[in-house]
Amino acid sequence: MSSIGIYFYNIFHSLYTVVIGMKITIRHLFTRSATVQYPTIKKKIPERARNRLFVNIDDCIGCNLCSIACPVDCILIKTIKSTPDMDLGMTSKNTRKRLYISCFDIDIAKCCYCGLCVWPCPTECIFMTDVYEFADFNRQSFIYSFSIMTAEEITAAQRRLKKYNDEQTAKKLLP
Amino acid sequence: MEFIQTLLANQLIVSILLSTLPLIFINVMVLVVLYTEMKVAAHIQDRVAYMRTGWHGVLQPIADMLKLLQKEDIIPTKADKLLFRMAPFIAFIGTYVVYAVLPFSSIYIGSNINLGAFFLVAAGSFVVIGILMAGWASNNKWSLFGGIRSAAQMISYEIPTALAIVIVVMITGSLNLQDVTKFQDGGIGNWIIFGGPLPWAQKLMLMPFTLITFLILFVASIAEVNRTPFDLPEAESELVQGYNTEYSGMRFAMFYLSEYANLFTVSAVVVSLFLGGWSSPFNSFMSGPLWGIFWFVTKAYTFVLIQIWLRWTLPRLRVDQLMFVSWKVLTPWLFVCILAVGLILVI
Repeated sequence: MSSIGIYFYNIFHSLYTVVIGMKITIRHLFTRSATVQYPTIKKKIPERARNRLFVNIDDCIGCNLCSIACPVDCILIKTIKSTPDMDLGMTSKNTRKRLYISCFDIDIAKCCYCGLCVWPCPTECIFMTDVYEFADFNRQSFIYSFSIMTAEEITAAQRRLKKYNDEQTAKKLLP
Repeated sequence: MEFIQTLLANQLIVSILLSTLPLIFINVMVLVVLYTEMKVAAHIQDRVAYMRTGWHGVLQPIADMLKLLQKEDIIPTKADKLLFRMAPFIAFIGTYVVYAVLPFSSIYIGSNINLGAFFLVAAGSFVVIGILMAGWASNNKWSLFGGIRSAAQMISYEIPTALAIVIVVMITGSLNLQDVTKFQDGGIGNWIIFGGPLPWAQKLMLMPFTLITFLILFVASIAEVNRTPFDLPEAESELVQGYNTEYSGMRFAMFYLSEYANLFTVSAVVVSLFLGGWSSPFNSFMSGPLWGIFWFVTKAYTFVLIQIWLRWTLPRLRVDQLMFVSWKVLTPWLFVCILAVGLILVI
């Protein structure tokens, strides 16, 4: 094509493409917008979405597997051994619980929502819920404590354990 | 105008009143155009714009203006203080002065001078000085680039504007915008874009050339006001904000105001010259002095909408493509049109 032919071709081609572009945008002017007006309307999130963690403390056997699996070390578990005469109850999987959970803290600010703590749990007591609106003003309020033992119960369990250990060592020392 | 003059006998008060009318009009119109732009832009992009200030965001432009009014006025230390302070006002003056010659209606025109069209182009170049001053006085290399590119762009696009106006002047025989509009009175067939109120044969031969001239005038006007696709001076992603970078608060509001007022001005110019100004498209149905204002504003507003539509369709032109379009496409075609229209009018 000669250069003057290219010149004319460019002019008409650009006018034509501008018109095509304008047709597309005017079509979009009349389509429904995709915006969701968030606080008044909340979209449903998928069934297996990984959001805030929850621990069903009645089922927890204190095995520490979730704490070991966590890549950012946000779970802190402290347990107290129970003595043979105390009955802590059964988990939902019909196994005996043998450890008192004195401290089960999850620092939800550190949690990276990977879900790696969910799979190792033998009783499926730790799982991810669909709650995603838990922003807060205070950093301290992000440490979620799931343990339900009061301070008196903890000292009572520790004393019982100490007493039992002392009795066992005393028995061993007898001739 | 004479009617108001007989009401208040004092000449000074009358002229002050009439000269502030466009200012009030600009303020109200800018709020409406701002709202339109943000809503139309949003819906073209399949989203909604502000929904919280007022019902569906109608109070948002007012909130924007209030915000700009109460911002701190920052002047860079090494900036050229006098030029920096003067620049926004010169740019706004350049825009505002053009409103004096726009024929809003058959009874209201700010100043019925016989050189209306010439005055438009001349006073419109005031804005170039304002922008250059802003770019230079900001002591910022990107503002300087923005200012220089804008000056180059505006100067090169004034030539197609002036030539297109020459074509209209050839057909109507007068530079007075009120006469040009009266020439097109009498219904849609008399508009210059369709050839003007001339005998059939001449009209048919003139029509392609006036259509091309109308398109070229429209494109050149978009470039004059620095709108996308010609908005390299304020290229938001390349030059920070171009010549606007160092401005804050009321000074930025002046530039902003003058940009939107300019939008309306060039639409109004295109409408008065080619589409019949304040005359109604139906012959005498809905025509009269007050209907004139309605038609004028409606037609100009349609072109404002088309400019907004174009802004969200097209990518930005590079600076060399900009120059190519002005000097090698718009100007030669206009020369051909001038020749053709001259020949047709003579024969």
